Amino acid sequence: MGKRSIVPFGPQHPVLPEPIHLDLVLEDEKVVDVLPEIGFIHRGLEGLVSKRDFKDYVYVAERVCGICSFMHGMGYCESVEHGMGIEIPRRADYLRTIWAEMSRVHSHLLWLGLLADGFGFEALFNECWRIREDVLDMLEATTGGRCIFSVNNVGGVVRDVDNATLLGISRKMDEIGARLKEISSTFLKDYTVKSRLVGVGILSHEAALELGAVGPMMRASGWDIDMRTTGYSAYGDLDLNINTSNDCDCYARTEVRINEIFTAIDLIKQAIDKIPNGNIIVPVKGNPKSEFLIRLEQPRGEAVYYTKGNGTKYLDRFRVRTPTFANIPAMAEIMRGCEVADIPMIILTIDPCISCTER
Amino acid sequence: MKLSRSPWLIHYDCSSCNGCDIEVLAATMPRYDVERFGIINTGDPMHADILLTTGGCNHQNAPVLKQIYEQMPNPKVVVAVGTCACTGGVFKDCYNILGGTDTVIPVDVYVTGCAARPESIIDGVVQALAILDQKYEAYTTDPKAKEGN
Repeated sequence: MGKRSIVPFGPQHPVLPEPIHLDLVLEDEKVVDVLPEIGFIHRGLEGLVSKRDFKDYVYVAERVCGICSFMHGMGYCESVEHGMGIEIPRRADYLRTIWAEMSRVHSHLLWLGLLADGFGFEALFNECWRIREDVLDMLEATTGGRCIFSVNNVGGVVRDVDNATLLGISRKMDEIGARLKEISSTFLKDYTVKSRLVGVGILSHEAALELGAVGPMMRASGWDIDMRTTGYSAYGDLDLNINTSNDCDCYARTEVRINEIFTAIDLIKQAIDKIPNGNIIVPVKGNPKSEFLIRLEQPRGEAVYYTKGNGTKYLDRFRVRTPTFANIPAMAEIMRGCEVADIPMIILTIDPCISCTER
Repeated sequence: MKLSRSPWLIHYDCSSCNGCDIEVLAATMPRYDVERFGIINTGDPMHADILLTTGGCNHQNAPVLKQIYEQMPNPKVVVAVGTCACTGGVFKDCYNILGGTDTVIPVDVYVTGCAARPESIIDGVVQALAILDQKYEAYTTDPKAKEGN
Protein backbone atom coordinates (compact mmCIF):
# COMPACT_ATOMS: atom_id res chain seq x y z
CA MET A 1 0.00 0.00 0.00
CA GLY A 2 1.38 3.37 -1.01
CA LYS A 3 1.35 6.68 0.75
CA ARG A 4 -1.83 8.72 0.54
CA SER A 5 -1.62 12.13 -1.06
CA ILE A 6 -4.18 14.75 -1.99
CA VAL A 7 -3.92 16.27 -5.45
CA PRO A 8 -6.05 19.33 -6.22
CA PHE A 9 -7.67 19.24 -9.65
CA GLY A 10 -8.93 22.57 -11.00
CA PRO A 11 -10.66 25.02 -10.90
CA GLN A 12 -8.65 25.96 -13.99
CA HIS A 13 -7.85 22.65 -15.69
CA PRO A 14 -7.44 21.27 -19.20
CA VAL A 15 -10.40 18.86 -19.32
CA LEU A 16 -13.22 21.35 -19.64
CA PRO A 17 -13.52 25.06 -20.29
CA GLU A 18 -15.54 25.30 -17.09
CA PRO A 19 -14.12 25.47 -13.58
CA ILE A 20 -14.73 22.61 -11.18
CA HIS A 21 -12.51 21.76 -8.26
CA LEU A 22 -11.86 18.18 -7.13
CA ASP A 23 -9.63 17.07 -4.29
CA LEU A 24 -8.31 13.69 -5.39
CA VAL A 25 -7.12 11.41 -2.61
CA LEU A 26 -4.53 9.15 -4.25
CA GLU A 27 -2.69 6.03 -3.28
CA ASP A 28 0.07 5.89 -5.87
CA GLU A 29 -1.88 5.98 -9.13
CA LYS A 30 -5.19 4.80 -7.69
CA VAL A 31 -7.93 7.24 -6.72
CA VAL A 32 -9.19 6.41 -3.23
CA ASP A 33 -11.60 9.25 -2.71
CA VAL A 34 -12.89 12.35 -4.46
CA LEU A 35 -14.13 15.52 -2.80
CA PRO A 36 -15.89 17.80 -5.28
CA GLU A 37 -16.11 21.52 -4.56
CA ILE A 38 -18.44 23.70 -6.58
CA GLY A 39 -19.39 27.36 -6.56
CA PHE A 40 -16.83 29.01 -8.82
CA ILE A 41 -19.46 30.16 -11.25
CA HIS A 42 -22.37 30.71 -8.92
CA ARG A 43 -24.21 33.81 -10.05
CA GLY A 44 -27.35 33.74 -7.93
CA LEU A 45 -29.59 33.79 -10.96
CA GLU A 46 -32.63 32.37 -9.17
CA GLY A 47 -32.70 35.40 -6.87
CA LEU A 48 -33.19 37.64 -9.88
CA VAL A 49 -36.91 36.71 -10.08
CA SER A 50 -37.57 39.31 -7.41
CA LYS A 51 -36.14 42.04 -9.65
CA ARG A 52 -37.41 41.06 -13.10
CA ASP A 53 -40.92 40.91 -14.55
CA PHE A 54 -41.93 37.25 -14.96
CA LYS A 55 -42.18 37.70 -18.75
CA ASP A 56 -38.72 39.27 -18.98
CA TYR A 57 -37.24 36.61 -16.73
CA VAL A 58 -37.42 34.11 -19.62
CA TYR A 59 -34.28 35.74 -20.99
CA VAL A 60 -32.48 35.25 -17.69
CA ALA A 61 -33.73 31.65 -17.34
CA GLU A 62 -32.28 30.88 -20.78
CA ARG A 63 -28.88 31.96 -19.56
CA VAL A 64 -28.73 29.27 -16.89
CA CYS A 65 -26.62 27.50 -19.48
CA GLY A 66 -25.49 28.38 -22.98
CA ILE A 67 -25.50 24.80 -24.30
CA CYS A 68 -29.01 23.73 -23.36
CA SER A 69 -30.28 27.33 -23.20
CA PHE A 70 -33.40 26.55 -25.18
CA MET A 71 -34.60 23.92 -22.75
CA HIS A 72 -34.10 26.17 -19.74
CA GLY A 73 -36.25 28.87 -21.34
CA MET A 74 -38.78 26.23 -22.31
CA GLY A 75 -38.87 24.71 -18.81
CA TYR A 76 -39.44 28.08 -17.19
CA CYS A 77 -42.17 29.02 -19.67
CA GLU A 78 -43.96 25.67 -19.39
CA SER A 79 -43.88 25.92 -15.62
CA VAL A 80 -45.37 29.44 -15.58
CA GLU A 81 -47.88 28.58 -18.32
CA HIS A 82 -49.15 25.49 -16.52
CA GLY A 83 -49.30 27.43 -13.26
CA MET A 84 -51.42 30.13 -14.88
CA GLY A 85 -53.54 27.63 -16.82
CA ILE A 86 -52.55 28.99 -20.22
CA GLU A 87 -52.95 26.64 -23.16
CA ILE A 88 -50.37 27.53 -25.79
CA PRO A 89 -51.01 26.95 -29.52
CA ARG A 90 -50.14 23.48 -30.78
CA ARG A 91 -47.79 24.87 -33.41
CA ALA A 92 -45.75 26.53 -30.65
CA ASP A 93 -45.53 23.17 -28.84
CA TYR A 94 -44.22 21.52 -31.99
CA LEU A 95 -41.71 24.31 -32.69
CA ARG A 96 -40.45 24.03 -29.12
CA THR A 97 -40.05 20.29 -29.57
CA ILE A 98 -38.13 20.72 -32.83
CA TRP A 99 -35.78 23.33 -31.34
CA ALA A 100 -35.33 21.29 -28.18
CA GLU A 101 -34.32 18.21 -30.18
CA MET A 102 -31.99 20.27 -32.35
CA SER A 103 -30.39 21.52 -29.14
CA ARG A 104 -29.98 17.93 -28.06
CA VAL A 105 -28.25 17.06 -31.35
CA HIS A 106 -25.80 19.96 -31.03
CA SER A 107 -25.19 19.32 -27.34
CA HIS A 108 -24.42 15.63 -27.87
CA LEU A 109 -22.15 16.42 -30.82
CA LEU A 110 -20.31 18.94 -28.68
CA TRP A 111 -19.93 16.31 -25.99
CA LEU A 112 -18.69 13.66 -28.44
CA GLY A 113 -16.07 16.14 -29.61
CA LEU A 114 -14.91 16.87 -26.07
CA LEU A 115 -14.75 13.14 -25.37
CA ALA A 116 -12.57 12.61 -28.45
CA ASP A 117 -10.36 15.45 -27.21
CA GLY A 118 -10.27 13.75 -23.82
CA PHE A 119 -8.69 10.62 -25.23
CA GLY A 120 -6.46 12.62 -27.54
CA PHE A 121 -8.16 12.00 -30.90
CA GLU A 122 -7.95 15.53 -32.31
CA ALA A 123 -9.22 14.71 -35.82
CA LEU A 124 -12.38 13.15 -34.42
CA PHE A 125 -12.86 16.14 -32.13
CA ASN A 126 -12.72 18.48 -35.12
CA GLU A 127 -15.03 16.30 -37.18
CA CYS A 128 -17.73 16.31 -34.48
CA TRP A 129 -17.58 20.06 -34.21
CA ARG A 130 -17.72 20.41 -37.99
CA ILE A 131 -21.03 18.55 -38.04
CA ARG A 132 -22.24 20.57 -35.08
CA GLU A 133 -21.68 23.82 -36.99
CA ASP A 134 -24.30 22.70 -39.55
CA VAL A 135 -26.85 22.21 -36.76
CA LEU A 136 -25.95 25.65 -35.38
CA ASP A 137 -26.49 27.13 -38.88
CA MET A 138 -30.03 25.77 -38.90
CA LEU A 139 -30.68 27.05 -35.39
CA GLU A 140 -29.33 30.45 -36.35
CA ALA A 141 -31.45 30.57 -39.51
CA THR A 142 -34.63 29.76 -37.60
CA THR A 143 -34.06 31.54 -34.27
CA GLY A 144 -31.41 34.18 -34.93
CA GLY A 145 -28.86 32.96 -32.39
CA ARG A 146 -26.12 30.37 -32.20
CA CYS A 147 -26.12 29.78 -28.45
CA ILE A 148 -28.82 31.87 -26.88
CA PHE A 149 -32.01 31.83 -28.95
CA SER A 150 -34.52 34.00 -27.05
CA VAL A 151 -37.47 32.58 -28.99
CA ASN A 152 -39.47 31.34 -26.01
CA ASN A 153 -41.95 33.53 -24.26
CA VAL A 154 -44.69 32.94 -21.75
CA GLY A 155 -47.66 32.01 -23.97
CA GLY A 156 -45.78 30.48 -26.91
CA VAL A 157 -42.83 31.23 -29.15
CA VAL A 158 -42.01 34.57 -30.77
CA ARG A 159 -40.74 33.34 -34.14
CA ASP A 160 -42.49 31.18 -36.66
CA VAL A 161 -40.69 28.96 -39.15
CA ASP A 162 -42.35 28.50 -42.54
CA ASN A 163 -43.12 24.98 -43.67
CA ALA A 164 -40.68 25.03 -46.61
CA THR A 165 -37.81 25.79 -44.22
CA LEU A 166 -38.94 22.98 -41.95
CA LEU A 167 -38.84 20.55 -44.87
CA GLY A 168 -35.32 21.80 -45.65
CA ILE A 169 -34.33 21.09 -42.02
CA SER A 170 -35.78 17.60 -42.33
CA ARG A 171 -33.64 16.91 -45.42
CA LYS A 172 -30.53 18.41 -43.82
CA MET A 173 -31.06 16.22 -40.76
CA ASP A 174 -30.85 13.13 -42.99
CA GLU A 175 -27.50 14.35 -44.25
CA ILE A 176 -26.27 14.99 -40.69
CA GLY A 177 -27.44 11.51 -39.71
CA ALA A 178 -25.42 9.98 -42.55
CA ARG A 179 -22.27 11.89 -41.57
CA LEU A 180 -22.75 10.95 -37.96
CA LYS A 181 -23.03 7.30 -38.90
CA GLU A 182 -19.54 7.49 -40.41
CA ILE A 183 -17.92 8.90 -37.28
CA SER A 184 -20.00 6.84 -34.88
CA SER A 185 -18.31 3.67 -36.16
CA THR A 186 -14.97 5.17 -35.07
CA PHE A 187 -16.35 5.83 -31.59
CA LEU A 188 -17.93 2.42 -31.23
CA LYS A 189 -15.60 0.07 -33.14
CA ASP A 190 -12.11 1.59 -33.10
CA TYR A 191 -9.70 -0.52 -31.06
CA THR A 192 -7.87 2.46 -29.49
CA VAL A 193 -11.06 4.28 -28.58
CA LYS A 194 -12.55 1.13 -27.07
CA SER A 195 -9.43 0.55 -25.00
CA ARG A 196 -10.05 3.90 -23.28
CA LEU A 197 -13.78 3.44 -22.78
CA VAL A 198 -14.66 -0.21 -22.20
CA GLY A 199 -14.73 -1.20 -18.54
CA VAL A 200 -13.84 2.30 -17.32
CA GLY A 201 -16.04 4.07 -14.77
CA ILE A 202 -18.58 1.38 -14.02
CA LEU A 203 -21.79 2.60 -12.41
CA SER A 204 -23.79 -0.47 -11.49
CA HIS A 205 -27.51 -0.83 -12.14
CA GLU A 206 -28.38 -0.53 -8.45
CA ALA A 207 -25.90 2.26 -7.66
CA ALA A 208 -27.34 4.40 -10.47
CA LEU A 209 -30.73 4.37 -8.77
CA GLU A 210 -29.35 4.74 -5.25
CA LEU A 211 -27.20 7.75 -6.14
CA GLY A 212 -30.00 9.35 -8.11
CA ALA A 213 -28.22 9.55 -11.45
CA VAL A 214 -30.24 10.98 -14.32
CA GLY A 215 -30.35 10.98 -18.09
CA PRO A 216 -27.83 9.07 -20.20
CA MET A 217 -25.95 8.03 -17.02
CA MET A 218 -29.08 6.25 -15.83
CA ARG A 219 -29.95 4.82 -19.23
CA ALA A 220 -26.42 3.49 -19.74
CA SER A 221 -26.88 1.54 -16.49
CA GLY A 222 -29.97 -0.19 -17.80
CA TRP A 223 -32.83 2.02 -16.57
CA ASP A 224 -35.27 3.18 -19.24
CA ILE A 225 -36.16 6.46 -17.55
CA ASP A 226 -36.77 9.39 -19.86
CA MET A 227 -38.87 12.43 -18.98
CA ARG A 228 -39.94 12.82 -22.59
CA THR A 229 -42.29 9.89 -22.02
CA THR A 230 -44.36 12.16 -19.73
CA GLY A 231 -45.52 13.78 -22.97
CA TYR A 232 -44.86 17.45 -22.26
CA SER A 233 -44.93 19.83 -25.21
CA ALA A 234 -45.50 17.78 -28.39
CA TYR A 235 -43.72 14.61 -27.22
CA GLY A 236 -47.06 12.95 -26.48
CA ASP A 237 -47.80 12.79 -30.24
CA LEU A 238 -44.41 11.43 -31.25
CA ASP A 239 -43.09 7.92 -31.31
CA LEU A 240 -40.18 7.90 -28.85
CA ASN A 241 -37.58 5.19 -28.71
CA ILE A 242 -35.63 5.16 -25.43
CA ASN A 243 -31.98 4.17 -25.87
CA THR A 244 -30.52 2.10 -23.08
CA SER A 245 -27.51 -0.09 -22.51
CA ASN A 246 -26.63 -2.64 -19.84
CA ASP A 247 -22.84 -2.26 -19.95
CA CYS A 248 -22.71 0.50 -17.27
CA ASP A 249 -19.27 1.83 -18.40
CA CYS A 250 -17.97 4.85 -20.32
CA TYR A 251 -18.47 2.96 -23.58
CA ALA A 252 -22.15 2.40 -22.76
CA ARG A 253 -22.65 6.08 -22.04
CA THR A 254 -21.04 7.00 -25.36
CA GLU A 255 -23.21 4.47 -27.18
CA VAL A 256 -26.39 5.75 -25.52
CA ARG A 257 -25.60 9.33 -26.44
CA ILE A 258 -24.76 8.47 -30.06
CA ASN A 259 -28.03 6.55 -30.38
CA GLU A 260 -29.85 9.48 -28.79
CA ILE A 261 -28.66 11.74 -31.58
CA PHE A 262 -30.27 9.40 -34.11
CA THR A 263 -33.44 9.33 -32.00
CA ALA A 264 -33.45 13.12 -31.83
CA ILE A 265 -33.08 13.33 -35.62
CA ASP A 266 -36.01 10.92 -35.94
CA LEU A 267 -38.12 13.00 -33.52
CA ILE A 268 -37.36 16.19 -35.46
CA LYS A 269 -38.49 14.53 -38.67
CA GLN A 270 -41.66 13.17 -37.06
CA ALA A 271 -42.48 16.59 -35.59
CA ILE A 272 -41.92 18.28 -38.95
CA ASP A 273 -44.30 15.77 -40.61
CA LYS A 274 -47.02 16.37 -38.05
CA ILE A 275 -46.71 20.10 -37.30
CA PRO A 276 -50.12 21.83 -37.53
CA ASN A 277 -50.64 25.32 -38.97
CA GLY A 278 -51.91 28.17 -36.86
CA ASN A 279 -50.96 30.68 -34.22
CA ILE A 280 -47.68 30.59 -32.37
CA ILE A 281 -48.41 32.73 -29.32
CA VAL A 282 -51.41 33.63 -27.17
CA PRO A 283 -51.71 36.85 -25.16
CA VAL A 284 -51.05 36.48 -21.44
CA LYS A 285 -53.32 38.37 -19.05
CA GLY A 286 -52.81 38.72 -15.33
CA ASN A 287 -49.98 37.53 -13.14
CA PRO A 288 -49.07 34.06 -11.91
CA LYS A 289 -50.64 33.16 -8.56
CA SER A 290 -50.07 29.45 -8.12
CA GLU A 291 -47.03 27.20 -7.99
CA PHE A 292 -46.02 24.55 -10.49
CA LEU A 293 -43.27 21.97 -10.90
CA ILE A 294 -42.35 20.45 -14.24
CA ARG A 295 -39.72 17.91 -15.26
CA LEU A 296 -38.04 18.00 -18.65
CA GLU A 297 -35.51 15.76 -20.31
CA GLN A 298 -32.44 17.79 -21.15
CA PRO A 299 -29.46 16.48 -23.13
CA ARG A 300 -27.80 15.73 -19.77
CA GLY A 301 -30.85 14.26 -18.09
CA GLU A 302 -33.85 15.23 -16.05
CA ALA A 303 -34.17 18.88 -15.10
CA VAL A 304 -36.76 20.15 -12.62
CA TYR A 305 -38.29 23.61 -12.80
CA TYR A 306 -40.38 25.07 -10.02
CA THR A 307 -42.09 28.46 -10.06
CA LYS A 308 -44.25 30.07 -7.42
CA GLY A 309 -46.22 33.23 -8.10
CA ASN A 310 -47.86 35.63 -5.66
CA GLY A 311 -50.25 37.57 -7.89
CA THR A 312 -47.76 40.34 -8.69
CA LYS A 313 -45.57 40.52 -11.76
CA TYR A 314 -42.59 39.31 -9.72
CA LEU A 315 -42.44 35.62 -8.86
CA ASP A 316 -41.87 34.48 -5.30
CA ARG A 317 -39.52 31.69 -6.20
CA PHE A 318 -37.90 30.03 -9.19
CA ARG A 319 -35.93 26.87 -8.69
CA VAL A 320 -33.99 24.68 -11.12
CA ARG A 321 -32.54 21.28 -10.29
CA THR A 322 -30.16 20.58 -13.11
CA PRO A 323 -29.00 17.15 -14.33
CA THR A 324 -25.27 17.60 -13.67
CA PHE A 325 -25.95 18.40 -10.03
CA ALA A 326 -27.80 15.09 -9.73
CA ASN A 327 -24.95 13.26 -11.46
CA ILE A 328 -22.09 14.55 -9.28
CA PRO A 329 -22.53 11.93 -6.49
CA ALA A 330 -22.50 9.21 -9.16
CA MET A 331 -19.36 10.73 -10.70
CA ALA A 332 -17.58 10.72 -7.32
CA GLU A 333 -18.64 7.09 -6.82
CA ILE A 334 -17.30 5.82 -10.16
CA MET A 335 -14.02 7.69 -9.68
CA ARG A 336 -13.17 5.72 -6.56
CA GLY A 337 -10.75 2.99 -7.54
CA CYS A 338 -9.95 4.34 -11.00
CA GLU A 339 -6.53 5.28 -12.39
CA VAL A 340 -5.48 8.94 -12.45
CA ALA A 341 -5.24 8.81 -16.25
CA ASP A 342 -8.93 7.83 -16.51
CA ILE A 343 -10.15 10.88 -14.57
CA PRO A 344 -10.72 13.08 -17.66
CA MET A 345 -12.73 10.26 -19.29
CA ILE A 346 -14.90 9.80 -16.22
CA ILE A 347 -15.53 13.51 -15.73
CA LEU A 348 -16.44 13.81 -19.39
CA THR A 349 -18.81 10.85 -19.57
CA ILE A 350 -21.19 12.43 -17.07
CA ASP A 351 -21.35 15.30 -19.61
CA PRO A 352 -20.82 17.94 -16.94
CA CYS A 353 -22.34 21.36 -17.36
CA ILE A 354 -21.03 23.38 -14.44
CA SER A 355 -22.89 26.56 -15.40
CA CYS A 356 -26.18 24.70 -14.98
CA THR A 357 -25.08 23.16 -11.72
CA GLU A 358 -24.07 26.37 -10.05
CA ARG A 359 -26.38 28.85 -11.79
CA MET B 1 10.87 40.62 -33.59
CA LYS B 2 7.16 40.46 -33.19
CA LEU B 3 5.35 38.65 -30.43
CA SER B 4 2.06 38.58 -32.27
CA ARG B 5 3.06 35.93 -34.84
CA SER B 6 1.71 32.87 -33.05
CA PRO B 7 0.21 33.89 -29.73
CA TRP B 8 -1.04 31.30 -27.26
CA LEU B 9 -4.30 31.80 -25.48
CA ILE B 10 -5.58 30.83 -22.11
CA HIS B 11 -9.29 30.87 -21.46
CA TYR B 12 -10.84 31.19 -18.03
CA ASP B 13 -14.57 30.92 -17.40
CA CYS B 14 -15.37 33.32 -14.55
CA SER B 15 -19.09 32.79 -14.26
CA SER B 16 -20.31 32.64 -17.78
CA CYS B 17 -23.36 30.70 -18.92
CA ASN B 18 -21.15 28.58 -21.23
CA GLY B 19 -22.40 30.34 -24.35
CA CYS B 20 -19.23 32.38 -24.82
CA ASP B 21 -17.04 29.45 -23.71
CA ILE B 22 -18.26 27.19 -26.47
CA GLU B 23 -17.93 30.04 -28.95
CA VAL B 24 -14.28 30.49 -27.90
CA LEU B 25 -13.81 26.77 -28.53
CA ALA B 26 -15.76 26.98 -31.80
CA ALA B 27 -13.32 29.66 -32.99
CA THR B 28 -10.52 27.07 -32.89
CA MET B 29 -12.64 24.44 -34.71
CA PRO B 30 -12.74 23.72 -38.47
CA ARG B 31 -15.24 26.44 -39.44
CA TYR B 32 -13.13 29.33 -38.12
CA ASP B 33 -9.89 27.48 -37.44
CA VAL B 34 -7.60 30.03 -35.80
CA GLU B 35 -5.11 27.27 -35.09
CA ARG B 36 -3.83 27.60 -38.66
CA PHE B 37 -2.31 30.95 -37.59
CA GLY B 38 -0.41 29.28 -34.78
CA ILE B 39 -2.91 30.32 -32.13
CA ILE B 40 -3.17 27.57 -29.55
CA ASN B 41 -5.57 27.33 -26.65
CA THR B 42 -3.30 26.26 -23.82
CA GLY B 43 -4.19 25.23 -20.30
CA ASP B 44 -1.04 26.60 -18.70
CA PRO B 45 -1.00 30.30 -17.71
CA MET B 46 2.79 30.39 -17.92
CA HIS B 47 2.64 29.50 -21.63
CA ALA B 48 0.04 32.09 -22.52
CA ASP B 49 0.23 35.56 -24.05
CA ILE B 50 -3.48 36.37 -24.17
CA LEU B 51 -6.06 35.79 -21.45
CA LEU B 52 -9.66 35.39 -22.61
CA THR B 53 -12.20 35.76 -19.85
CA THR B 54 -15.91 35.05 -20.06
CA GLY B 55 -18.62 35.94 -17.57
CA GLY B 56 -18.79 38.31 -14.64
CA CYS B 57 -16.60 37.80 -11.59
CA ASN B 58 -17.77 36.56 -8.21
CA HIS B 59 -16.10 36.35 -4.82
CA GLN B 60 -14.96 32.78 -5.24
CA ASN B 61 -13.35 33.02 -8.66
CA ALA B 62 -11.82 36.51 -8.37
CA PRO B 63 -8.68 35.20 -6.58
CA VAL B 64 -8.35 32.39 -9.16
CA LEU B 65 -8.55 34.88 -12.01
CA LYS B 66 -6.02 37.15 -10.31
CA GLN B 67 -3.68 34.24 -9.82
CA ILE B 68 -3.88 33.18 -13.48
CA TYR B 69 -3.21 36.78 -14.54
CA GLU B 70 -0.21 37.06 -12.27
CA GLN B 71 1.24 33.75 -13.46
CA MET B 72 1.24 34.87 -17.09
CA PRO B 73 4.58 36.20 -18.33
CA ASN B 74 4.92 39.86 -19.33
CA PRO B 75 3.88 41.38 -21.69
CA LYS B 76 0.31 40.11 -21.66
CA VAL B 77 -3.12 41.24 -22.78
CA VAL B 78 -6.60 40.52 -21.49
CA VAL B 79 -9.67 40.19 -23.71
CA ALA B 80 -13.07 40.25 -22.01
CA VAL B 81 -15.36 38.10 -24.15
CA GLY B 82 -19.10 38.67 -24.01
CA THR B 83 -21.34 41.23 -22.40
CA CYS B 84 -21.08 39.59 -18.97
CA ALA B 85 -17.28 39.88 -18.99
CA CYS B 86 -17.56 43.52 -20.07
CA THR B 87 -20.12 44.76 -17.54
CA GLY B 88 -21.77 41.85 -15.76
CA GLY B 89 -24.52 41.84 -18.39
CA VAL B 90 -27.81 40.16 -17.64
CA PHE B 91 -26.43 38.97 -14.29
CA LYS B 92 -25.34 42.43 -13.15
CA ASP B 93 -28.06 42.63 -10.48
CA CYS B 94 -27.41 39.13 -9.13
CA TYR B 95 -26.29 39.08 -5.50
CA ASN B 96 -23.14 37.12 -6.22
CA ILE B 97 -21.75 39.08 -9.17
CA LEU B 98 -19.08 41.72 -8.56
CA GLY B 99 -19.20 43.03 -12.13
CA GLY B 100 -17.15 42.63 -15.29
CA THR B 101 -13.61 41.30 -15.54
CA ASP B 102 -12.20 44.81 -15.09
CA THR B 103 -13.31 44.85 -11.47
CA VAL B 104 -10.53 42.32 -10.77
CA ILE B 105 -7.82 42.68 -13.43
CA PRO B 106 -7.06 45.32 -16.11
CA VAL B 107 -8.75 44.61 -19.46
CA ASP B 108 -7.34 45.66 -22.84
CA VAL B 109 -10.09 44.68 -25.31
CA TYR B 110 -13.82 44.35 -24.75
CA VAL B 111 -15.79 42.03 -27.04
CA THR B 112 -19.54 42.48 -26.71
CA GLY B 113 -22.34 40.11 -27.68
CA CYS B 114 -24.49 37.58 -25.90
CA ALA B 115 -23.13 35.13 -26.75
CA ALA B 116 -20.18 36.78 -28.54
CA ARG B 117 -19.90 35.29 -32.03
CA PRO B 118 -16.66 33.52 -33.04
CA GLU B 119 -16.07 36.24 -35.67
CA SER B 120 -16.16 38.98 -33.06
CA ILE B 121 -13.95 36.96 -30.69
CA ILE B 122 -11.36 36.58 -33.47
CA ASP B 123 -11.62 40.31 -34.20
CA GLY B 124 -11.06 41.04 -30.50
CA VAL B 125 -7.99 38.82 -30.42
CA VAL B 126 -6.58 40.53 -33.54
CA GLN B 127 -6.96 43.91 -31.84
CA ALA B 128 -5.35 42.48 -28.72
CA LEU B 129 -2.33 41.40 -30.81
CA ALA B 130 -1.67 45.02 -31.83
CA ILE B 131 -1.74 45.98 -28.14
CA LEU B 132 0.56 43.07 -27.33
CA ASP B 133 3.11 44.35 -29.85
CA GLN B 134 2.94 47.86 -28.41
CA LYS B 135 3.42 46.50 -24.92
CA TYR B 136 6.36 44.41 -26.08
CA GLU B 137 7.95 47.46 -27.67
CA ALA B 138 7.53 49.48 -24.50
CA TYR B 139 8.71 46.54 -22.47
CA THR B 140 12.00 46.18 -24.35
CA THR B 141 12.81 49.90 -24.65
CA ASP B 142 11.55 51.33 -21.39
CA PRO B 143 12.71 49.65 -18.17
CA LYS B 144 9.93 51.38 -16.19
CA ALA B 145 7.25 49.49 -18.17
CA LYS B 146 8.43 46.26 -16.60
CA GLU B 147 7.11 47.34 -13.26
CA GLY B 148 3.95 48.94 -14.60
CA ASN B 149 2.75 46.02 -16.65
